[in-house]
Amino acid sequence: MGLTEEFIKTRHWISHRHPHTAGTPLLRVSHLSLRYDGVNALENLNFEIEPGERVAVVGPNGAGKSTLLKIIAGVLKPSEGSIDIYGHEPSGHICIGYVPQRNQVDWNFPVTVRDVVMMGRIGKLGLFHNPTRYDWEIVQQALETVSITPLANRLIHQLSGGQQQRMFIARALAQEAELLLLDEPLTGLDLTTQEDIFRILEILQTKGVTVLLALHDLKLAEEHFDKILLLNSRLIAFGKPASVLQPDILLQAYGGHLHFVKNGPGFLAVEGTCCDGGENHP
Amino acid sequence: MSDLILAPLQYPFMVRGLIAAIMVGTVCAVVGTYVVLRGMAFFGDALAHAILPGVAVGYLLGNGAREPLFWWALIASIVSALGIGAISRNTKIKEDTAIGIIFAGMFALGITLISTVRSYSVDLSHFLFGDVLGVSGRDLWLSGSFSLVILLSVFGFYKEFLVLSFDPILAATLRLPSKLLDFFLIILIALAIVVSLQTVGVALMVAMLVTPAATAYLISPRLPRMMFIAVLIASLSGVIGLYFSYYFSLASGGVIVLTTTLVFLVVWAWRNVHFRNNYFGIMIKRKKGIHE
Repeated sequence: MGLTEEFIKTRHWISHRHPHTAGTPLLRVSHLSLRYDGVNALENLNFEIEPGERVAVVGPNGAGKSTLLKIIAGVLKPSEGSIDIYGHEPSGHICIGYVPQRNQVDWNFPVTVRDVVMMGRIGKLGLFHNPTRYDWEIVQQALETVSITPLANRLIHQLSGGQQQRMFIARALAQEAELLLLDEPLTGLDLTTQEDIFRILEILQTKGVTVLLALHDLKLAEEHFDKILLLNSRLIAFGKPASVLQPDILLQAYGGHLHFVKNGPGFLAVEGTCCDGGENHP
Repeated sequence: MSDLILAPLQYPFMVRGLIAAIMVGTVCAVVGTYVVLRGMAFFGDALAHAILPGVAVGYLLGNGAREPLFWWALIASIVSALGIGAISRNTKIKEDTAIGIIFAGMFALGITLISTVRSYSVDLSHFLFGDVLGVSGRDLWLSGSFSLVILLSVFGFYKEFLVLSFDPILAATLRLPSKLLDFFLIILIALAIVVSLQTVGVALMVAMLVTPAATAYLISPRLPRMMFIAVLIASLSGVIGLYFSYYFSLASGGVIVLTTTLVFLVVWAWRNVHFRNNYFGIMIKRKKGIHE
């Protein structure tokens, strides 16, 4: 990464932000590929997402789900193709919230929940500016939205798995994110906690936040999302859950690792290779 | 008792030494907090050793003047940091290996350069282990202004360094210039090392960066307080160490570092006992069938 690029970033940081051009889709991915070590992690992806949609990114381990989210966040650069957020490249936007996988966070870091949520404001604050009362109010509202106000002064290592996810969602709210990317936030959570997270995501939808969420559970994807993006390096299918969750389409993505169980009139797909820790991509 | 404390203060060199020790403690503890939280101890150690050739060049060119020492040491540490980054980025060699290569190479260069001087062993030992009682008034002003720059930078960029250390991906999505800020932090570490050169020396520097901050990490759950406690521990250890070194004619750098180590061990032991008690408390409650 060159120095010039760093200075351009500094300029963005200090003043300039990309405008949100009206009439363009929130997210447009065209001919997107990413290669590392000669392997295609992502291959020629094309799709568009409209504001307010809730999209589940589904696929087997190593399908490139985390990588795709990081590219959309503007953290990784694609080898080919482009990503437009409201008609401009991601690196000029600070309206993209990213909730990391839980195992990628140092939970012993000496900060409180409120400290972490305030971090979301830093992009708006700018250099040498301390948080104002307005910023603290926004943090307070974010904490309330995900109902963790009583935990505000807790240290982050005292949180349960579900509370950790809520904190990061609150941080994205404080960031005033319009596009929220969540990397397997449900892994390791029990059913009730998963339901809680979905309730919060519903609240976000009423606020107009677009959500892209990587997950493993096809049933949850079907129940809670407007669209499903089925990924295995290539884009296997993208559309309404009913159209994507077809046995022949799923077979393309999962190959022999998927078993189908008859379940009344429908069917139930059971993943063979299960997946706990999530996947790590550079 | 008060005589024991006040008597040495009649010597100006002792007063200057104490001021230097407090200054070094403050600067190293503040910067060291980030070194500890980001797992950069080995990097800090390497950077400290890698300034030796700079010190040597400054020493040879400057005819004993202190100022060139500062600047050449700073140049050497920046060159080393860039070298480590370049090797680990452009080859499959991992960062810690790159650190090892550059650190030993620069250190060897420093020793070789200093060996061209006749009073080799005395000068070398001052650079390696410090000579806090040899600090002059001019040195103090110089280190003082460097220290001020470091402290102002750490406080000015507090929230940026915080985000960068806790969550680099957030830093990226907030479009902070992460590479630039990372490099800036490395320069601050280098500056802290240069400021501390005369007090603790190159070889023991990493202790000043890491030990007080690590002790504070065990005590305090929040970053600002952790920094504050680290400063207290480091400065106090500096003062206590210096008095010991005065009364028992011991090497000042060594005693100062030993004091910080001792404080760490005491806190660590106390935390361990504390934790065990809690743990057994929970076990007893469980046995009695009490649930929380």
